Amino acid sequence: MKKIIECSTAIAEAVKLCNIKVIPIYPITPQTHIPEEIAKFVNDDEMNVELIYAESEHSMLSAAIGASATGVRVFTATSSQGLAYTFENLFIASGLRLPIVMVNVNRALSSPLNIWCDHSDSISARDSGWLQFYVESSQEAFDTVIQAYKIAEQINLPVIVCVDGFTLSHVYEPVEILEKNKVNSFLPEYKAKFKLDVNKPITIGAVVDQSKFMQFKKQQQDAMLDSIKIIKKVNIEFKNKFKRSYGNGLIETYNLKNKKKAIIAMGSICGTIRVLSGKLKNFGLIKIRCFRPFPKQELINICKNLKELIIIDKNISIGNEGALASEVKSVLFNKKIKIKSFIMGLGGKDVTLKDLEKTLKNKEGWIL
Amino acid sequence: MELKIGAIIENPGNSLKNKRAGWRSFRPIWDNKKCTQCGLCWMYCPDNAIYIKDKKRSKTNLDYCKGCCICASVCKFNAIQIVKEK
Repeated sequence: MKKIIECSTAIAEAVKLCNIKVIPIYPITPQTHIPEEIAKFVNDDEMNVELIYAESEHSMLSAAIGASATGVRVFTATSSQGLAYTFENLFIASGLRLPIVMVNVNRALSSPLNIWCDHSDSISARDSGWLQFYVESSQEAFDTVIQAYKIAEQINLPVIVCVDGFTLSHVYEPVEILEKNKVNSFLPEYKAKFKLDVNKPITIGAVVDQSKFMQFKKQQQDAMLDSIKIIKKVNIEFKNKFKRSYGNGLIETYNLKNKKKAIIAMGSICGTIRVLSGKLKNFGLIKIRCFRPFPKQELINICKNLKELIIIDKNISIGNEGALASEVKSVLFNKKIKIKSFIMGLGGKDVTLKDLEKTLKNKEGWIL
Repeated sequence: MELKIGAIIENPGNSLKNKRAGWRSFRPIWDNKKCTQCGLCWMYCPDNAIYIKDKKRSKTNLDYCKGCCICASVCKFNAIQIVKEK
């Protein structure tokens, strides 16, 4: 059924379909509408979950970790300062191999205080061992939440679904809400590989000394790299069932056929790039949907015939460059391709078609 | 040893096998004659290295005692002396 709803509502609708048992929440702009909608569903008896009103994001993710360790499906959502506040728990969740799914509604990090969208919050969590998806539309946000559980539970790693604050989270657009029984057959009941159970006790969170610590980190890295083929597989399964897909699950392209030039970006900005690409017809779009794991080989294949690549970052690693620029350059370091990178849209600065046109002509740098 | 993902220990209680007192630099010496069996040291020992069985304290279990000396500091009867570990 297609409904015209806010993206946050679409996410809550997806959460409703995933048979989730525990949802710890704490409100923060611009994520607030997601827990609000979920709380409404719970209040109206449309969802049977344990809703935990945490006193902070740190407690929120701690509760999510504890709940997930008991072997149930867990969801939570945050933004910006909230993600920063729970930063240490990100590493704990991934290290304990708990398949939690969290939506991060992207917002700039203070200071200066700013509640609008950029990717600096989730990019700061890049190395925390969570898979990261950046979505472009409400429909993609809805679909990605459902796919995220299927991916996370196969590799025992947590997933962050990144949704641009306001430019996406507060936008009303048509979203196809999937049928419950079809989602159930796509996403079967969660069977945890291990869980806290009083009848069969296990120890979770033991100290690991110098002799074994690296082995566990390598296990995480291997699982993350393995997830590349699982993401592709889930994308195909989703396509077969619901007739919708997002490139190969990792990267999506638009108008790239026979093009020598492309713009590469993440998140809702890709929508604007599509429009410009349709208008000018002289370049294509490469959308990085999955930033962690970073789809290296897939990117090399896609860029094979390109002469020029323009990278747009909605984040800045102060002292160096945008995070996507660093990643893409490191992958294409020995390829004959001209690369320039731009910093745009920080703190919710609108990225217009005119701004994007500048990236085609200007020298690399900031579009202020 | 097979390493379970997430450093999970499926058979808890393995500290019985792993002695964890290698870094002790002080050793408590318990004097049975001065001891009144009040149980304070047993209560305060953070590593449960002091046992009371049939209302009688036995020797400190040096496989788990980390030499924190809390037992000596709480003892009212000078029944626990601290010596430097060699």
